[in-house]
Amino acid sequence: MSRKSPPITEAWRGITFTRRALVVGGAQAAVGVALAARMAYISVVDNDRYVLESESNRVNLTLVPPRRGWIVDRNGKALANNRVSLRIDIIPDRLHNKAFVLGQLRTLLRLDGDTMDRINRDLKAASGFQPVAVAEDMTEAEYASILVRLPEMPGIAPQRGFARNYPTGAAVGHLIGYVGAPNAEEYQQAKDPLYITPGYKIGKDGLEKYFQPMLKGKPGARRVEVTARGRVVRDLDTQPDVQGKTVHLTIDADLQEFVARRMGRESGAAVVIDCTNGDILSFVSMPSFDPNSFSDGISNSEYSWLRADDHQPLINKATRGLYPPGSTLKPMAAIAAIDHGVDPSERHTCIGGYRLGNRFFRCLGTHGSVDMPTAIMKSCNSYFYWLAHRLGYDAMAPTAKLLGLGEEFQLAGSSQRYGTIPDSAWKMKKYDQQWSASDSLNAVIGQGYVSVNPLQLAVMAARIASGRRLYPRLINREFRNEPLPFSPEALATAREGMDLVVNGPGGTAGRSRLPLDGITMAGKTGTAQVRGLGTGNGKSGTWKFRDHGLFIGFAPVVNPRYATAVVIEHGMGGSRAAAPVAKDFMTFLFDREKAMEALDTFEAGWGGTIKERMDRDYMAWKSGASSDPNPELPQ
Amino acid sequence: MIVVPPAIQRIPWKLIAVLSAITGFGLLVLYSAAGGNWSPWAWQQGVRFLVFLAVAMAIGRFPLRIFEDFSYLAYIGVLILLIAVELLGFVGGGSQRWLNLGFMNLQPSELMKVTIVVALARFYAQLPPGNTRSWTALWPALIMIGVPAALVMLQPDLGTALSICIGGIVVMFVAGLPFWWFGSAVLAGSAAVPVLFSFLHDYQQKRVLIFLDPESDPLGAGYHISQSKIAIGSGGIGGKGFLNGSQSHLDYLPEGHTDFIFATMAEEWGLIGGLALLFAFFLLLRWGTRVAIRARTRFGQLTAAGLTMTIFFYIAINLMMVMGLAPVVGIPLPLFSYGGSSMLTIMTCVGIILAIENDSKTGTRRFH
Repeated sequence: MSRKSPPITEAWRGITFTRRALVVGGAQAAVGVALAARMAYISVVDNDRYVLESESNRVNLTLVPPRRGWIVDRNGKALANNRVSLRIDIIPDRLHNKAFVLGQLRTLLRLDGDTMDRINRDLKAASGFQPVAVAEDMTEAEYASILVRLPEMPGIAPQRGFARNYPTGAAVGHLIGYVGAPNAEEYQQAKDPLYITPGYKIGKDGLEKYFQPMLKGKPGARRVEVTARGRVVRDLDTQPDVQGKTVHLTIDADLQEFVARRMGRESGAAVVIDCTNGDILSFVSMPSFDPNSFSDGISNSEYSWLRADDHQPLINKATRGLYPPGSTLKPMAAIAAIDHGVDPSERHTCIGGYRLGNRFFRCLGTHGSVDMPTAIMKSCNSYFYWLAHRLGYDAMAPTAKLLGLGEEFQLAGSSQRYGTIPDSAWKMKKYDQQWSASDSLNAVIGQGYVSVNPLQLAVMAARIASGRRLYPRLINREFRNEPLPFSPEALATAREGMDLVVNGPGGTAGRSRLPLDGITMAGKTGTAQVRGLGTGNGKSGTWKFRDHGLFIGFAPVVNPRYATAVVIEHGMGGSRAAAPVAKDFMTFLFDREKAMEALDTFEAGWGGTIKERMDRDYMAWKSGASSDPNPELPQ
Repeated sequence: MIVVPPAIQRIPWKLIAVLSAITGFGLLVLYSAAGGNWSPWAWQQGVRFLVFLAVAMAIGRFPLRIFEDFSYLAYIGVLILLIAVELLGFVGGGSQRWLNLGFMNLQPSELMKVTIVVALARFYAQLPPGNTRSWTALWPALIMIGVPAALVMLQPDLGTALSICIGGIVVMFVAGLPFWWFGSAVLAGSAAVPVLFSFLHDYQQKRVLIFLDPESDPLGAGYHISQSKIAIGSGGIGGKGFLNGSQSHLDYLPEGHTDFIFATMAEEWGLIGGLALLFAFFLLLRWGTRVAIRARTRFGQLTAAGLTMTIFFYIAINLMMVMGLAPVVGIPLPLFSYGGSSMLTIMTCVGIILAIENDSKTGTRRFH
């Protein structure tokens, strides 16, 4: 060391000690000040941030799914409401003894392997406080059995929630649609934590889907104070949910149910429209599905049962079923003819058919000399062949369109197939072929290229009955409903012909007169061939190849109030299958007791109400499916 | 005028007041941490404090000579205990830090924090002044510090090992060893940090890494620091109020009654409580430093300075830890945290410093 050091003495050591002790003390004080500054920084400058983090630690927010808005009919009667549903969820963060709790649940609720797999899968995917559904719609007994064991099973959250309920079940399946738990895609789209809250359902089909924004309501929230281990210390506050808005439909719930029941075992559709304003009073497609099953999460086997049914219960035939309208188009053709200068009293002689060149178009009878109303009454093809040949179908197609055929309506929550009203331009565009006279002859009796859906037929009936361009509606929505540009004579003739169909001598629907005093129904039957014209008779044989039965009508004849269309698939004829159904539900509109008597008799013959029959069919199908080919046992 | 008897006058009332204030405040926090309950922590801590306070007062009455005479003996005794603990741990298969004496669990490493200071003070008091800058002033001290520190590191207990080193080094520093020795040691130490780091256990390495970046693992090992900062930060200036700390009461704060008790306190008492506690500690340390400077003997000077540093080290490391300035090393806050071992150590330190103070009042300074 080159540095000159002071001599080391006791005194020097003492001074050095004091100096260094002060250095150490000063360093300690500096650290103390630094610590105080650090603390001040955390608790003053960063205070807001840490208060927030402390609160988010302490408070756990649970969403309470909102009660869905009701869907009610024109009189306020519920078509879709909510019922109490007892459910059990697992809060993953609070589940400490997973194996034990799941084992207990399995025993107590008799859960099957599929359910356990799903719960395990959900538990793996779930995080934190996001509840995982265990069971819904439990019985009071099951619920109570869980409640009493709650203290031994931490992590289990019993809840009194609400589930969608459709009081009339299958009768409103196609009309209302159904609700279901949101799937992963829907959650991705909505990014709403409510979508992954057990018990929350969204509209999946029909009106439930269309009115989802109105029906959904606002979720409630439950704020609870939780410990780090997830134990709830106390409820802080609960914000109640706001129920979704009620949707008022124009439907008459009682009529809807009656019509659905009256359809019996047939496959088909029936629509009833109020002739004064276009309100749809009933909108039925049968057979149907029970929307309650869908809302509770339909089982695979029930779904395959519905899919396997050749009566196609999953398709709404009222808007998506396209049928050749058959003779139900004849009143329309009459209106078109009169507006093109045909005198309704002019007579044509039916010789059992009509000769066009070297082809002979058959009539169903030999009606002799008929005028226009009589031709409608007897559904004489020859007369209309003659009209069509004379005027051409291009003269009639615009009238058909004015009456609503081929039109897609703005109707809440429906997807429609709107069919075809052909004319020469259409054929040229579609097939690049000239329109022929035989095309006109086929079209005028509602065969050939013509296809319509039952809703359009009902609208046509309502427009003929009212003389106005009524638009069908399911909710209170204003349409102009201006008068149709038809002559009063044309409309009167069509109505007269339809009156005769039911009430005239030898009308095709004479057996379907209303059993009422002073109220009569007008209508027109139709029989649409499923096979090509002239092949087979369509009156017997395999169900699939039988003729469709159709009927349009309105009542009362004077000052019409209700218009309707009924299609019975493979019903073998309008007068035989469709008109009697219309007769009964038209009766119901004026005299409920009388109509119910008739229905009770029918249902006794069919084997019970819709639900009873569906349950039985399902059980039969299930046992049939499970006891399939029985391998022969070696003796 | 009231005549105060000398026996009463001799009792260090101010010191007792400071110690009681710190401990009393601690008892309130423990009461709150137990959910508004004197059991299981507060009353036990209170009783323990009274016992240890009496012990400290008794130690303070011993003549300073006794500590000087028995310092090497005590050091060797504690060293043997440390080795015994290590052997027992080896036999028992696993790390062990304490010996079961039947009535209490004794942590020899805690005792070593005190004895290393006393033994080194004796060593430098005996060292002729002329040797202060020589090699003979260095190597015995390094061995005396190194052996117990290594044994404690084996346990493994990083915090206590550091505490032993710091206590010893401060004695060396105030003994007057050349400045540049410490300077170059610091430089060499920083160069050796990566090597030392690799000697640490996995969980210790993790703690250090987490300390460097607590947010990297807020739910895992960084959880302690994150939650502690949330507790302190959410307390604000005035705190959430007595018994209203959600972080501690809802168990978000781990070790809320031991190592992280400062966070529990800060949440309920806020910055004001924190500054009050820091002030109380300042008074205690100022007393220790004053005793060191006024000590009559060189042994007293060095011992008081070293022991004050030992107390300071507890406080500083603990507070740095709870405020996210140091890794989680598991050092309690003196007198405040629930626990007997640390209180025993602190009160022993206080007792010895008290003995030095009493000694300086009895005679004239030897080296003036």
